[in-house]
Amino acid sequence: MNKSISIRELKLNYGNIEVLKNLDLDISEGEFLVLLGSSGCGKSTLLNCIAGLIEPTDGQIFINGRNVTWEEPSKRGIGMVFQSYALYPQMTVAGNLSFGLKNAGVAKHIIDERVNSAASVLQIQSLLGRKPSALSGGQRQRVAIGRALVRDVDVFLFDEPLSNLDAKLRADLRVEIKRLHQKLGNTMIYVTHDQVEAMTLADRIAVMKGGVVMQLASPQVIYNTPANKYVADFIGSPSMNFFRVTLDGGMLQFGDLRAPLDDYPFCGDLRPQDAWLGIRPEHFIFGAASNDADVHFNTVIELVEPMGADTLVWASFSGQTLRFRMDGQADVSPGAIIPVGFNLHRASLFDFDSERRL
Amino acid sequence: MPDHSISRVEPRGPRPQRFISRDKLFLYGVLIVFAIYYLLPLYVMIVTSLKGMPEIRLGNIFAPPVEITFQPWLDAWSSTCTGLTCEGLSRGFFNSVKITVPSVILSILIASINGYALANWRIKGADVFFTILIVGAFIPYQVMIYPIVILLRELGLYGSLTGLTLVHTVFGMPILTLLFRNYFSSIPEELFKAARVDGAGFWGIYLKIMLPMALPIFTVAVILQVTGIWNDFLFGVIFTRPENYPMTVQLNNIVNSVQGVKEYNINMAATLLTGLVPLAIYFLSGKLFVRGIAAGAVKG
Repeated sequence: MNKSISIRELKLNYGNIEVLKNLDLDISEGEFLVLLGSSGCGKSTLLNCIAGLIEPTDGQIFINGRNVTWEEPSKRGIGMVFQSYALYPQMTVAGNLSFGLKNAGVAKHIIDERVNSAASVLQIQSLLGRKPSALSGGQRQRVAIGRALVRDVDVFLFDEPLSNLDAKLRADLRVEIKRLHQKLGNTMIYVTHDQVEAMTLADRIAVMKGGVVMQLASPQVIYNTPANKYVADFIGSPSMNFFRVTLDGGMLQFGDLRAPLDDYPFCGDLRPQDAWLGIRPEHFIFGAASNDADVHFNTVIELVEPMGADTLVWASFSGQTLRFRMDGQADVSPGAIIPVGFNLHRASLFDFDSERRL
Repeated sequence: MPDHSISRVEPRGPRPQRFISRDKLFLYGVLIVFAIYYLLPLYVMIVTSLKGMPEIRLGNIFAPPVEITFQPWLDAWSSTCTGLTCEGLSRGFFNSVKITVPSVILSILIASINGYALANWRIKGADVFFTILIVGAFIPYQVMIYPIVILLRELGLYGSLTGLTLVHTVFGMPILTLLFRNYFSSIPEELFKAARVDGAGFWGIYLKIMLPMALPIFTVAVILQVTGIWNDFLFGVIFTRPENYPMTVQLNNIVNSVQGVKEYNINMAATLLTGLVPLAIYFLSGKLFVRGIAAGAVKG
């Protein structure tokens, strides 16, 4: 696979604050990469650096093998979609779409052609004569995507494009962006703090924290084998349960329970140590089936949150809070005692101090 | 059937209001009193300017004119004496126009570009530059008069309309730049970024994106500058020669002349004539002015 974007040793400081720390990243041609992280992790800053809207303190950016570190944003072959849509309020939709092409000195008939084809892809032909103020949020974001589309660029950059929309529109437009990517096959970089968007859209997710990429992998890998406790905690809703455990002689010591670690896929050597055990709420087994699980115990239900499709249950075990997801039809109520269990091949173990995956 | 006696109506819909309540009476009373208080002097001026001198000598300043005459207005415009010449305010009016129009255009043009550059392009030293500019706004004019006189003399512009235009442009800079900078800062940054991605440069973004969005603040700037420069007396009297005196200076010379009879009707008419331009500007742009003030105040 050809590399579409390469980022080499990228650093960005605002005064004494390091926003991006020596970042390296390679993105293949046609890949959909999601930069995921909580606010302030540097994901938008990274995107702005790629776009050329923020000058990095050090490092290089290559797009299609060309060093664009000193290039103007418009000369980098990128199109960008912003959270607030950023449509030019005094221009019509057609004016918004054609602004970039006019600046580039493209001939009028080619502009019309491109605007019309972009409008038909996004189904906004009927809106071309309107001003942005006469559009709904979803329509505005379509136009904003169209503005990137008409410029016929290799790379699309999305800066939290769906965050200003309501939940239903967000889900609709999410699917549309995915469809667009399948159709066009462009490289896309998508910044979001929403893990559902990240999981559903991405070929690969880069989970960022404090200006560093914590893990860069496919959604499945990130979900199943998170590289550290932060990623494990960040991905998944409700988030993973963590318990303090001890590893000793091939056995897991968890409260007063002991279980053999034979099924756990260790990355390295196993040595006796303290560790974090992480298990996702949806990986618990209930009732009679739990007797066959690697770890099983009885727990008292404290709180029930029915959500229709499933039910979230809060309980506790040996003084630590426990959350698990049961079937939506499960008949449980606070105070009940139920047998639960989980298998270790679905669990994650992290070093107690470094919080790295074991 | 439930009992619906008039004293116990079930509350529903808008609360009933009496046409004239005591609160309203008080409110409107105060407003009317203040309106009269402010309008009375204007009334006296208009009435007096329409009277002949014999009528004024009767001393009833509040009485409406018995015989309406427009002669004082004509005299004030074209034949009353200021100092040695007797050609009315008309020359001062045209001087003022010649001073105000270029000063307003030039100062707003420069200040809007300044404000745009400071707000959107993170130029090195922008903060220092801006601080200097703002400090400039707080230095009293009197301190700068003498240096400017020398400066203009050295440039060969002392006494000319060009020199005065230059002075007005420079002195408008701090407040106008602040005004425009704040307005442009309140425009979402993403819009600016989108325009850059779309390949618009410094001037392209200014002309095609920022300028069309800045109409309200341009209106505010025009009003501030027109009234400020039109009403200016100090700079006009210092930096121009008598043949270039602006209207305000001429007005002063008419009203404060110590020779002959005080022609109150002509004085009043001359004063009203001088005030007509700022007044017209306010009336023509009232709505936009309020919108611009409100928009500029949102973010600092």
